[in-house]
Amino acid sequence: MPEGPSPRLNFGPRRADAAGMAPHTPAPETVVIEPQRGWVPIDLAELWRYRELIGFLALRDIQVRYKQSLLGIGWAVAQPLATMLVFGLLFRALLGREGMPTLEGVPYAVSAYCALVPWQLFARSLQSSGDSLVANKQLIHKVYFPRLVAPIAPLLAALVDFGCAFAVLAAMLAAYGILPDPAALALPLFVALAVAAALGVSLWLSALNAIYRDVRHALPFLVQIWMFLTPVVYTSESVLRGRPEWLAWLYGLNPMTGVVEGFRWALLGAAEPPWSAVAASTAVSLALLVSGLYFFRRLERSFADLV
Amino acid sequence: MSAATPAIRVEGLSKRFRLGSRTGLGGPRRGDEELWALRDLCFEVAPGEAVGIVGRNGAGKSTLLKILARITAPSAGRAEIRGRVGSLLEVGTGFHPELSGRENVYLNGAILGMKAAEIDARFDAIVAFSGVERFLDTPVKRYSSGMRVRLAFAVAAHLESEILVVDEVLAVGDAEFQRRCLGSMNDAAGSGRTVLFVSHQMSALRSLCSRALWLDGGRLRAAGGADEVIDAYLEDGRESARAVPLAERRDRSGSGELRFTRLEACGGGSPGGAAPATGRRLVVRIGYASAGREPLKGVRLALLWSDARGQRLTSLDTRLGNADFEELPPEGEIRCEVPELPLLPGRYRVDAWAWVAGRVADDVPHALEVEVAPGDFFGTGRTSSREKHGPFLLRQSWRIEGE
Repeated sequence: MPEGPSPRLNFGPRRADAAGMAPHTPAPETVVIEPQRGWVPIDLAELWRYRELIGFLALRDIQVRYKQSLLGIGWAVAQPLATMLVFGLLFRALLGREGMPTLEGVPYAVSAYCALVPWQLFARSLQSSGDSLVANKQLIHKVYFPRLVAPIAPLLAALVDFGCAFAVLAAMLAAYGILPDPAALALPLFVALAVAAALGVSLWLSALNAIYRDVRHALPFLVQIWMFLTPVVYTSESVLRGRPEWLAWLYGLNPMTGVVEGFRWALLGAAEPPWSAVAASTAVSLALLVSGLYFFRRLERSFADLV
Repeated sequence: MSAATPAIRVEGLSKRFRLGSRTGLGGPRRGDEELWALRDLCFEVAPGEAVGIVGRNGAGKSTLLKILARITAPSAGRAEIRGRVGSLLEVGTGFHPELSGRENVYLNGAILGMKAAEIDARFDAIVAFSGVERFLDTPVKRYSSGMRVRLAFAVAAHLESEILVVDEVLAVGDAEFQRRCLGSMNDAAGSGRTVLFVSHQMSALRSLCSRALWLDGGRLRAAGGADEVIDAYLEDGRESARAVPLAERRDRSGSGELRFTRLEACGGGSPGGAAPATGRRLVVRIGYASAGREPLKGVRLALLWSDARGQRLTSLDTRLGNADFEELPPEGEIRCEVPELPLLPGRYRVDAWAWVAGRVADDVPHALEVEVAPGDFFGTGRTSSREKHGPFLLRQSWRIEGE
């Protein structure tokens, strides 16, 4: 075994460097590995360095989900459409044409689908992101990467599905002759709010899932219940009418209430903007996000031992 | 050792695991048993050095690599690492069966920490190394396991990092590919990269590494020149094989569904058993027991023979003879016969493995030490020696063509 510099041919990668690849730092950074104690700051710079991995994992999720399926990405649209149809028929049978829980002057189909699109974004994100650590345990056992990558990547994949479902929503609005007014400019805000809420909840759930696999079993159930607690297939007005103020306030603590009502306001021209619900949603989402980040970071280094 | 700043400096590194379930609601927490996988480890590795790590199963080798690769956190102590660490803890990590070879190269590269531009630049080299050009757009699920491993190793081998941490990757793939992997790791070591290499293949360690660390029960037992440390490690294995009865050996791993209780090799010539000798019949008696009373289903047994320097020579493996046992009584004795032992006189080390239904049930390194006596393989009255003739003999015939 020759010691020190050897006349041997260079190993491939080194030569690639010399040929003008991203030059490698001559003085490599030093990593210190120590036991972790207490709360750890969130390293956004490192997360940014790993942005490509987030992209590749998201791409994998999308590619894999629709491989060998006939409908392909059409599933992103079929699911909310089917949900809308089922509840439309159900409410029609129970409440009749006049009693449909929809916005004044807006067909139920539009009101429900308009809410189902952001809801699907949230539900999808929660389901895949909440299970992300256990689903990627092979990776977590074998390679280092900032563990935050795992719950973030599925959000991107869910956003792609969201884009498809949203295109159908736009077509539907056009077909019903509902034209957007300036309020539609607020839409990205509500999308961001949905993503923040989903990430906040997912951080808690995925980290807890690493310790208690119960989360995995409870997730589908949680998402289902959550949908009924959110004005998705009905409007908040239709359930809150004539109820005490504190109930409305409590209802608004669900971060998805603000998102869904915000969507309706921005696209369907609901009379007054749901500012109080949006404010409550934002506050709750941010609280979940920040606490989730710290909770996740605190458990992060033991994930390999837990999952 | 060079005076330069070490590439890796480890001080008092320890890792503790809690045994037993900790997840039951209200379950006991305080009484949990603790296990120190690593205890107070200190060592330094100079830049460009290739260091082998030896030790029995459970000695803490993999835990050490996992800590250095930042996969798991230590419980105490610290490690300083200068440079990017590439880990090859298991090739093919993150390969997705539904994705094509091409897609997997990018995904796997990203997982190992490469940028898309780096992968682009090395894509052709990776594909050429792997030899799967024709199947690049086929989903990996249709690959043979050998192709999968080749592609995965190719990606990992092209990862640019100052420090390479490798765990037993050479255990997979065919001989030709193993040779290429070794070659590429050799190049890595030769080109000034720091390599930490865990393997049970002593010959690979000897040829790749200049220095070795010997871990024993989570502690550093010896550090020094590779040959020296590996010799001491093998000698220690020999002693424990002699001193502790097989049934009581603790340095084993596996599920325990089946355990070797006795291993005995003797020459089959006379009843009662002469010593095994070159050219004579060899009989190995394998005593085993299982944890339960049920018959064992789908049992594969293997005895791996190595020479005194740790070079693997041959295997007696039920799989090779297509003789896996579909059903075995929960305890008993198996007899394995080799009509003519081709091994030349000397000391041999035998590692014993058992699988039940495809899972490793027992894995005892150095389960048996066999002394092969000189014998007359060809029936010519002459004996042969290792120094002159190599490790084993082949039946042969010689004649003039055409007669």
